[in-house]
Amino acid sequence: MRGDRSLRATSSRPTRQRPAAPVTPVTGGLGESARRPDATLKVKGEFAYSSDLWAEGMLWGTTVRSPHPRAKIRSIDVSEALMVAGLATVLTADDVPGRKTFGMEVPDQPVLAWGDIRYQGEAVALVAADHPETARRAAALVRVDYEVLDPVVDAEAAMAPDAPALHPSGNVLKHVKVRHGDQQPTADVVVTGEYEVGMQDQAPLGPESGLAIPDGEGGIDLYVATQWLHVDHDQLVASLDLRPAQIRMTMAGIGGAFGAREDISIQIHACLLALRTGRPVKMSYSRQESFVGHVHRHPARLQYEHGATRDGRLVCVKTRIVFDGGAYASSSNAVCLNAATFACGPYEVPNATIDCYVTYTNNPPCGAMRGFGAVQACFGYESQMDKLAAALGMDPVELRLANAMREGTSLPTGQRVEGPAPVAEILRSLRAMPLPPNADGAGEAERDLRELPGGVSNTTHGEGVRRGVGYAVGYKNIAFSAGFDDYATARVRLSVVAGEPIAEVHSAAAEVGQGVVTLQLQIVRTELGVQRAVVLPADTQVGSAGSSSASRQTWMTGGAVKAACEAVRERVLALAASKLGATGRLVLADGAVLVADAGAAPTRVSTLADLLGAEVVEETVEYRHAPTEDLDPETGQGNAHVGFAFAGHRAVVDVDTELGLVKVVEMATAQDVGRALNPQAVEGQLQGGTAQGLGLALMEEIQISGGKVRNPSFTDYLIPTILDMPPVRMDILELGNPVSPYGVKGVGEPPTISSPAAVAAALRAATGRALRRIPVRPEHITGLLETRTDAVPDDPTKPARISAETQ
Amino acid sequence: MDFLQPRSWSDALAAKTNRPDAQPLAGGTDVLVDLNFDRHRPAALLDLGRIGELAGWSRDDDALRLGAGLTYTIAAAELVDDLPGLAMAARTVGSPQIRNRGTIGGNLGSASPAGDAHPPLLAAGAEVELASAAGSRRVPIREFFLGPKRNALAPDELIAAVLVPRATGPQQFAKVGTRNAMVIAVCSFALALHPDHQRVGTGIGSAGPVPLVADDAECFCEGALAESDLWSTRAAIEESTRRRFGELVAAAARPIDDVRGSAAYRSHALSVLAARALGWAWADYRRS
Repeated sequence: MRGDRSLRATSSRPTRQRPAAPVTPVTGGLGESARRPDATLKVKGEFAYSSDLWAEGMLWGTTVRSPHPRAKIRSIDVSEALMVAGLATVLTADDVPGRKTFGMEVPDQPVLAWGDIRYQGEAVALVAADHPETARRAAALVRVDYEVLDPVVDAEAAMAPDAPALHPSGNVLKHVKVRHGDQQPTADVVVTGEYEVGMQDQAPLGPESGLAIPDGEGGIDLYVATQWLHVDHDQLVASLDLRPAQIRMTMAGIGGAFGAREDISIQIHACLLALRTGRPVKMSYSRQESFVGHVHRHPARLQYEHGATRDGRLVCVKTRIVFDGGAYASSSNAVCLNAATFACGPYEVPNATIDCYVTYTNNPPCGAMRGFGAVQACFGYESQMDKLAAALGMDPVELRLANAMREGTSLPTGQRVEGPAPVAEILRSLRAMPLPPNADGAGEAERDLRELPGGVSNTTHGEGVRRGVGYAVGYKNIAFSAGFDDYATARVRLSVVAGEPIAEVHSAAAEVGQGVVTLQLQIVRTELGVQRAVVLPADTQVGSAGSSSASRQTWMTGGAVKAACEAVRERVLALAASKLGATGRLVLADGAVLVADAGAAPTRVSTLADLLGAEVVEETVEYRHAPTEDLDPETGQGNAHVGFAFAGHRAVVDVDTELGLVKVVEMATAQDVGRALNPQAVEGQLQGGTAQGLGLALMEEIQISGGKVRNPSFTDYLIPTILDMPPVRMDILELGNPVSPYGVKGVGEPPTISSPAAVAAALRAATGRALRRIPVRPEHITGLLETRTDAVPDDPTKPARISAETQ
Repeated sequence: MDFLQPRSWSDALAAKTNRPDAQPLAGGTDVLVDLNFDRHRPAALLDLGRIGELAGWSRDDDALRLGAGLTYTIAAAELVDDLPGLAMAARTVGSPQIRNRGTIGGNLGSASPAGDAHPPLLAAGAEVELASAAGSRRVPIREFFLGPKRNALAPDELIAAVLVPRATGPQQFAKVGTRNAMVIAVCSFALALHPDHQRVGTGIGSAGPVPLVADDAECFCEGALAESDLWSTRAAIEESTRRRFGELVAAAARPIDDVRGSAAYRSHALSVLAARALGWAWADYRRS
């Protein structure tokens, strides 16, 4: 039973049957906190994740990866591996039948490397065997002869003219220039700063995994946890050299994504192995492999120069941002564009000079992660706003209020902000929230260690602890930008089963934990007035839904489901008119067609069961948001974005200033979500996004040395625990959105954008230190480690000149 | 890989004699992680989980005997009075699930410089009881650690127990990590006051190739306490004494830069932890 697969067993056996009795135990329409259909299973540990997939007689695939960040492959000898008992096959680049590279935006990454190795962990060969351990042992026997080369590990160095070209197109992957207003402005007060953001990982708990099953006719079924089935499908078609219809993909139970599943991981590899062996092949990365098997958040260096009048009006912002894109393009181009368009923050900035670069290096490839370029920029511009406030002797919130963007503001790209842009409202809301009580008064013996920096590790009983409060506000685009044809498809089918009307929704929207399945159910129940509804598994038997990214699915797939429901409803009401002669204002509610004329009590025309009988009403709709345009390459002008979402944070921290340890006492956030269609899901996004931002501020970093990842495990890649993450005080604003279905805005990413900057600001307030890099380490708080950026002269009277390169 | 699962201690010792290459397995919180990461492929696993006599602890007058299978959960709950330093350290280990599985004997067997049980056992002056089919011997704990993840166990030996005097004075344990729970020590420090002998015991974790004792700091502190007759008067310790003690603890460390922290930070943090721990322990002593 295809529909029930994710609802039942711990070990999931995919089949290609349609569900027989599709009933989903979700109640609640739009605006209610409808419960997730998978909630109970997940809490009980019974949900089938992609790593639980299983098929009779399946093989296990594993990947041979390069230990070197930069090398040339001289030769590959698989003869020893082939001798291992239980081995089914070993594949190398020669075995890729179609396009030998993949990539979402630029197909620059080898499916299996031949010639150049560009990062540590690059896939070189594949092995399939009857047991995962056998596969790993055989993989260890694949002898690859490498000529090891010096890696290029610094994004600035990669841009130098004498740097070795890592790709034929050169090392600068993209340069976005924005020129807005006067390019030689003068300002009363100028502050400069240089900031750095480390490489964060999405750290989804579910590893990359999936199951590929050959259909015996040359085609294949792939069950995989992914964010965007159709963009995977396109890349599979190209590399497997099959017709599109020969490849069918179905979403498997996903254990988090946050951007990490936008790129191909096991998809092509598992299909290659399955097609070669004629047997089902399962692949599931270990934690260590997962850390090198998906892209990360771009590390960034950001130079800023802010000019303002003496009374605190921004005159100009000049910035140069350099992202390390790592070995392959992934979605770097879009990240770079995003950062450039948001580089000045949610403020009125009359003059701006923005240069944003992303370069190739031999570091791990970077791509999509929650916040997508806006996170790094926010840390830069909000650090600058605090610095500017200090230079002006102004309150940091007052400075922000004085310059806050509003509806009608022109961005540095020339785009006018349409619809609510409640930056000032968010700041005022945060400032008005009561502050948590200061624990200083409590006696030593009374303090619970868990409330102190260090927790039960017993590092302080109050010694050295100082409190700090910091604010930050940020914004970001919703949905795809810069001329991308962004659409989502939904099919809605209304029929009568066992005397009751039932609505089925079919879309390819990836449920990555955000609740898009629940939301689709809420929409059909509301729009069609039925109790019973089911969302079919997301697969490629229906058109693309676009990615579960850019905070777009509620708007886009929500919009498609709404439109499909409207089309179905129109046909049902027309049927009521033609078959029963119903007239007046007809509506669907409570499983019936009603006449609901103004001023009169609604009266029932017919139940849906009676009206439809054996008839099935099905409509498929593609929903598109308004078109956007790419930026002008020389001026950076253009209406690149369709909509914006705004959020702010206030962080309250207690810092052990002698040890550099931190207890975040409270995170408060205010966010305009347009309209909360599922309030509990919205709250979950705000809490989770805030936590992920707090993690970036305090601990989450992939540490790299010489191109090699030093901490590919949860032993040393730390994410916040419940003792690190405080309760979140939330103010959810519902100000609507004139151009989206139901007035929604996306909610997934904004909470991650301003949270790191707010924590950093609070740490500065507590310690008085510059703290120009996140994650902030104890070494920085105690002053034992100066970051490269800390060495930059910090004299507002002598602005460091940021060279506005033209390229 | 063979899996050996003896039901009694004598069977376990016999198995270890027959298969000196067998990797002992207690809670599995280190061994299974190593297997998962493919860092280690022992020819055999020797599961000690079915041997009842290894679990738990006992007290004979002022001598404690901690079975090698004593879990952190039980240590944290039951040793608060008799061995408070170890109880505090046990409370900082991993998550509840890890504390339910992980054992003191396993910690010693792994002999990681970052093992949380080591510093309080050093400060308390423990001995490790090692057993083989031929008999058993006691090794003072500071002679037990030979190098990073190397200890004094002979190939045919297993850790039977830890023997440690019951606390006669305050004990403290403090650990620095870059998160407030479930974290491996960047560095840690344990302190035990022994008023009966007017001695001070120390233990340093995760700041050298093995867990260390700060001999000079102990001597300095004992001297400072004796000089002003503080054991008897229970008067306050000067802040300068605490600070100097911290400096000497830091000086005893041999830290390195690694992914968890820099050597300079480790030294600095140890000096802070040691000064604070002495203050807390002495305040407890004055109240006692």
